[in-house]
Amino acid sequence: MNTDSKPLNTAASKPGKTELAEMFRKFIDPQFVITDEETLKPYECDGLSMYCVMPLLVVLPETVEQVQQVMRLCHQFAIPVVARGAGTGLSAGAMPDAGGVVLSLAKFNRILHIDPLARSARLQSGVRNLAISEAAADYGLYYGPDPSSQIACTIGGNVGENSGGVHCLKYGLTTHNILSVEMVTVDGERVMIGSDGLDSCGMDLLALITGSEGLLGIITEVQVKLLPTQEIARVVMAGFGTVDEAGAAVGGIIAQGIIPAGLEMMDSHAIIAVEAFTGAGYPVEAAALLLCEVDGTKEEVQEHIEKAEALFRDFGATSIRTSKDDAERALLWKGRKNAFPAMGRISPDYYCMDGTIPRAHLGQVLNEMQDMSKRFGLRVANVFHAGDGNLHPLILFDANKEGELERAEAFGSDILELCVKVGGCITGEHGVGVEKIRQMPMQFTDPEIEQLNAVKSAFDPLGTLNPGKGVPTLRNCQEYRAINAKPQAPEVQHA
Amino acid sequence: MPDITKHLQQQISEARNQGHKLAIVGGGSKQFMGRKINAVQLDVGGHTGIVDYQPLELVLTVRAGTPLSEIETALAEKNQMLSFEPPCFGDRSTIGGTLACNQSGPGRPWWNSVRDQVLGVNLINGKGEKLRFGGQVMKNVAGYDVSRTQAGAMGTLGVMTEISLKVLPRPAITMTLSREMEHSEAIRFMNARAAEPKPLSGACWLDGTLYLRLSGAHSAVEATAKHWDIPVMTDGDTFWRQLRNQQLDFFAGEQPLWRFSINSSAATPPLKGPWLLDWAGSQRWYRGDSEMATMEALAEKAGGQVSLYRGGNRTGEVMHHQQPALQTIQKRLKHSFDPDALFNPGRLYSWL
Ligand SMILES: Cc1cc2nc3c(=O)[nH]c(=O)nc-3n(C[C@H](O)[C@H](O)[C@H](O)COP(=O)(O)OP(=O)(O)OC[C@H]3O[C@@H](n4cnc5c(N)ncnc54)[C@H](O)[C@@H]3O)c2cc1C
Repeated sequence: MNTDSKPLNTAASKPGKTELAEMFRKFIDPQFVITDEETLKPYECDGLSMYCVMPLLVVLPETVEQVQQVMRLCHQFAIPVVARGAGTGLSAGAMPDAGGVVLSLAKFNRILHIDPLARSARLQSGVRNLAISEAAADYGLYYGPDPSSQIACTIGGNVGENSGGVHCLKYGLTTHNILSVEMVTVDGERVMIGSDGLDSCGMDLLALITGSEGLLGIITEVQVKLLPTQEIARVVMAGFGTVDEAGAAVGGIIAQGIIPAGLEMMDSHAIIAVEAFTGAGYPVEAAALLLCEVDGTKEEVQEHIEKAEALFRDFGATSIRTSKDDAERALLWKGRKNAFPAMGRISPDYYCMDGTIPRAHLGQVLNEMQDMSKRFGLRVANVFHAGDGNLHPLILFDANKEGELERAEAFGSDILELCVKVGGCITGEHGVGVEKIRQMPMQFTDPEIEQLNAVKSAFDPLGTLNPGKGVPTLRNCQEYRAINAKPQAPEVQHA
Repeated sequence: MPDITKHLQQQISEARNQGHKLAIVGGGSKQFMGRKINAVQLDVGGHTGIVDYQPLELVLTVRAGTPLSEIETALAEKNQMLSFEPPCFGDRSTIGGTLACNQSGPGRPWWNSVRDQVLGVNLINGKGEKLRFGGQVMKNVAGYDVSRTQAGAMGTLGVMTEISLKVLPRPAITMTLSREMEHSEAIRFMNARAAEPKPLSGACWLDGTLYLRLSGAHSAVEATAKHWDIPVMTDGDTFWRQLRNQQLDFFAGEQPLWRFSINSSAATPPLKGPWLLDWAGSQRWYRGDSEMATMEALAEKAGGQVSLYRGGNRTGEVMHHQQPALQTIQKRLKHSFDPDALFNPGRLYSWL
């Protein structure tokens, strides 16, 4: 069926680095075609610096037409292309290909249109997540998905990873909050997927693109839905003597018919580290802490806050504190928001995992992780989105100590295996990238992987878009199964 | 109820060997949708039953042939609901058909669509392989989102056998407000109310009357009704049920029914005839005879797309046309799931 692909030049005529750069400089401002080692260096990895590779070159096009031309050229010579937003990804999704081009969307940073009546915004793909809400605030609106990296990460990267944050339990992930994307296909066609309407005819390609980690096309524009800013939000902080009690309280709140705007949990390692770092007033003696935010009309929030407080008491909370105003709410969240840097203070390095489990297994999984922690001889702290079962175990290690990085990776792999075993998955929001490609066969059978690869081919018959990411080849799958999916030394260089 | 997955796989293999095409039928309640096709029936309506329901997880897993009525009864017992309020055309509307046609009711802009609430599907592809994508958890970005891609594909990508969905608690109370209002004023008014942080869960305009639905905590609903100062309608629930199930007089009769999915605040296309505005203006229904191309141009002007939902000529195209590059991708996708083009050939588009 792939007969529509244009014939390719032979490998022999493939341009070298200098030649290719010259071709790009004909239509891209030469200063935005990067070839020198020093300027290339910051592009060698994304937020997961364990995996780094120097690209052949980096381009920063300024118009969609330039993106199209880059894609046509690369397609013609079968040169790999890796799209890059802000590079905050945590699965090495934007890690370069050694023989390929990094296409940065950094210049695509304009908010094109805000339609307050229809509650939507059209953005270039390099617009930062937080900038959307800042611009919409004038109209009493905001953009729902709020990854913790929202100051830096881009809407294009959010689509790439189907990102979510604290608010996604109630307001959904990226996939629930976008209306359309403009995309440049691997062979340089400019297409519009979706519309201003809530759904469109034909196959739901928007669903496939969201979370596709730059493997299906280059996103140049995104139209997002905006939500009305709620009248009020309040947060209840509750400390518990055991993680099981806190886990049960999470189910309890849902059973009450309340969908919190955010429901986050921390274990005692995280509480202690965070409190030392931020002084937010967290109960350091607690074994687990819940932060439960409720938003809505004043009347509704009052009603739900009272219910939540009573419920946490019934589930054995040892301490409860509810924010009285926005300043106190910000203080209570401060610890959660600074959890990652706080870990950086108590450990030279940490490795952030990302798996999702059915909530009912929270207690069991957290307890099993503590057992693994002893087995691997590495500490693990937990700060996560309890409301939707999305775990972010932070494995603490020291990369300078012989073997610790490898142990951290093996520990991480075991955690993901446990997530799949209890009915969950290997990544909730960070994506597969390079990092979790070995764990894909834990979750998918060979025919399923084959089907996923066939989906990729429908968009990218030559496989030049972000190769080696997201979905393993079947041959690699068999190898990964044979080695029981335990991480081996990756082929890429360790930073 | 027995699991008939193996039986379905067998029928698919047979069809493949004998060169038959298959028309997937859930309950057949949506036979009027899509294009007319000529194929042997593959009945998934017998594949019923709730496989797993965890109210605390807000997750339900069901076989695809399960009637909506059965699902809604089970959820109601736990005070939960299918938040997308699918239309039930008769007792046999199934969850598989609902997802395949991406059917959502009046609450869709606030409570998401069936597509949005899908967490995972089990699917038999055209090679007869049983595949599972997604799962039972809210967040999952491993692999491509094949589950949500089933929404609106009308069974062209495979036979769904099992579907996992996110369910939601039922709101404590519901109240309907209604007042007379002129068409274009209603568009502005509905959108303006939707931009306020109030518990709005439905906004519809029909025959010179605006209907707003509030759902949520008692205190919030009552305070909002007072604040907006619009008369409360008695028996509003009947109105929303009839809207959802397309039982209002507007839907009766032989005139072709067109569905516009457009920018919610756009001016209504200038067509003479009855209009029904739902989803705060994002979904608009029109009754009348017209050419597909004319309607498409009007829909595009309003920022969206149109389909010939019911009646009219069902041998021509009934769905908004696709850009050539997207057409190519969809043909290749179809081929990747169903290389022999067994399932519902031509149901969605003549070329698919
Ligand atoms: C401190 C920290 C906290 C984080 N917290 C969260 C969190 O709470 N929730 C969450 O979901 N994630 C979180 N992340 C991960 C990351 O920020 C998100 O995945 C984010 O969406 C990545 O955006 P980016 O612009 O940096 O994308 P990049 O890292 O540049 O790229 C991510 C992927 O998307 C692709 N891509 C980027 N732009 C495009 C485009 N225009 N077209 C096509 N493909 C593209 C890339 O090829 C790559 O595969 C966190 C990261 C950090 C460092």
